[in-house]
Amino acid sequence: MIQPRIRILAAALAGLALLAGCSKSGSDDSAKPADTIKVGEFASLTGKEATFGQSSHKGTELAIEELNAAGGLLGKKIEFVYEDNRSTPGESATIAKKLITRDRIVALLGEVASGRSLEAAPIAQASQIPMISPSSTNPKVTETGDYIFRVCFIDPFQGRLLAQFAKKTLKAGKVAVFSDVSAPYSVGLAQFFRESFLADGGQIVSEQKYTGGDKDFKAQLTAIKSTNPDAIMVPGYYTDVGLIVAQARQLGIKVSLFGGDGWEAPELMQIAGAAALEGTYYSTHFSPESTEPLAQKFVADYKAKYNGEVPDAMAALGYDSVMVLADAIKRAGSTAGPKVRDALAATKDFPGATGATTLDAKRDATKPAVIITVKDGKFQYVETIAP
Amino acid sequence: MTELLQQLINGLALGAIYALIALGYTMVYGVLRFINFAHSDIFMVGAFAGYYLSRVAPQASVTAGVFVLLGSMAICALLGVIIEKLAYRPLRGRSTLTALITAIGVSLLLQNLGQRVFGANPKSFPVLFPQHYFQFDSGLVIASTQILVFVVTIVLLFSLRHIVLKTRIGTAMRALSFNPTAASLVGVNNDRVISFTFALGSALAAAGGILYASNYPSIDPLMGTLPGLKAFVAAVLGGIGNIAGAAVGGLVLGLVETTVVALGGSTYRDAVAFAVLILILLLRPNGLLGKRQAEKV
Repeated sequence: MIQPRIRILAAALAGLALLAGCSKSGSDDSAKPADTIKVGEFASLTGKEATFGQSSHKGTELAIEELNAAGGLLGKKIEFVYEDNRSTPGESATIAKKLITRDRIVALLGEVASGRSLEAAPIAQASQIPMISPSSTNPKVTETGDYIFRVCFIDPFQGRLLAQFAKKTLKAGKVAVFSDVSAPYSVGLAQFFRESFLADGGQIVSEQKYTGGDKDFKAQLTAIKSTNPDAIMVPGYYTDVGLIVAQARQLGIKVSLFGGDGWEAPELMQIAGAAALEGTYYSTHFSPESTEPLAQKFVADYKAKYNGEVPDAMAALGYDSVMVLADAIKRAGSTAGPKVRDALAATKDFPGATGATTLDAKRDATKPAVIITVKDGKFQYVETIAP
Repeated sequence: MTELLQQLINGLALGAIYALIALGYTMVYGVLRFINFAHSDIFMVGAFAGYYLSRVAPQASVTAGVFVLLGSMAICALLGVIIEKLAYRPLRGRSTLTALITAIGVSLLLQNLGQRVFGANPKSFPVLFPQHYFQFDSGLVIASTQILVFVVTIVLLFSLRHIVLKTRIGTAMRALSFNPTAASLVGVNNDRVISFTFALGSALAAAGGILYASNYPSIDPLMGTLPGLKAFVAAVLGGIGNIAGAAVGGLVLGLVETTVVALGGSTYRDAVAFAVLILILLLRPNGLLGKRQAEKV
């Protein structure tokens, strides 16, 4: 019995030695002057929010491909290094560390979920590597430090516009809020909505909470139903929202449910069912129905590359995050962290797929939002709300 | 009043699902004195088997639903037998700790294999049985899927009791549980009986998986973990090894969780469920119905 065990142990040790050898030669390689510009990305390519990660990743990839086809940056090709965090907490910081120290990336792109952007941001900040989040909307993300940027609007704006929307379009005086306590995005958006809605003279009749990944929401929804709200705000991510909307309809809740950009995924339709989603609304960054020429070009290019798939807001923002970075590197004439940072901070009216991007003193973008509804089993554009 | 009744229904429906999963846990424990931690992952495989089987069955008819349910139960029964043969049988006679750790290993294997084979993204589970909502004037709503869970749980509960108490194989299971050596001396084929026990337990897990997914139609390879743990709590609560205890434990746990959420403590939902486990272990280690030894399988 002992003999084979020793053999296994020896094999394992040999394997470890091999691994150690690999990583050593890897770091030797990256120490040489690079003939490519390495851009890193961490994304939720699998797991709970995989649709977000995949869309954003596809947009990012398309942008890098287009830039390389046009000759790259500063005479060098862009090399794209990315890793999957499986939509779980605790992975993004490790990935950011690995991309920065081992792969020697010049800039970091990611994530959609604010919670995971917040994990990676301190590491990028400490290493003086500029980080651009394509679509994390929680204000805390860029508050981490002066190397952290984003190309999307932030939740105080989204919360305010949802409050206006509830008041004006839905004519709702009494709203119930049902938020995910495990996601900073959801907690933040609920808070900003509450502040604006109360200031507008609205009334919040019930505040219920859930934990992302829960499957049974009937107890909370029953409690919400008993307070007779005019509408229910659910600032969550699509996998949970899908179940919430379906269970709300099962319990006979007929009022409108609405939320933020966390809803934007085709899976929402599959999980909740088109009938349950009828008359629900969400705000987001981009509509493929936009008539702006750059947006049109992006939609056409995206469709050509990905077999006719229509891009969503996450894809458009992923695309814009690369374009804004490339523009800054060009203007800086260098890939040194501090220089790229300064150039990024000076970004003004950069034309992209989601409209003109201007990064303000807090390194956030100010952009219009669009409202989407589900009507006759399809996602449909309702209106654009300017900041 | 309506709200109270609705919450009662919510709690009982949730509890019935826990009870259904707990049945399999408790039966395997009753016979083998072994907690099969891979049970919750067989539950997951059951849901995925249903997901793929439903593609060949016409949607939302009673016959198709029964076909998918039975097909998935058969697949998982086979899986249970294979797992027992490959992972647990070579360790029989070793300490219970060895078997327990192996069970955790099998659980991790199934989870990660599931992520590889089925993909890590949540999938939406199709509608298997025709759905209907019974609306009452007071605003009370009962879904047909909730009633289905009750009916299936009760049917399986009584069939299981019948198998264990009234059939030859059931007698063999009880003999084995009482004393394996003596059982084999009087002509019980222990290997066959243990295989059968695992087949039965895994089929119950599959039924739980299908019904869970019908109620909460988003499935992923890690979906088994939390309901599995809750069902384990339910089994211990009712008295592990006791079939009726699993049902009682499940219902109590479902009601406790719903009460906690209804009172506004939704963030403490899981914490309370596990606090119940600790309390029961401290105050009544044999569980609520654990005293009556004769009822044990």
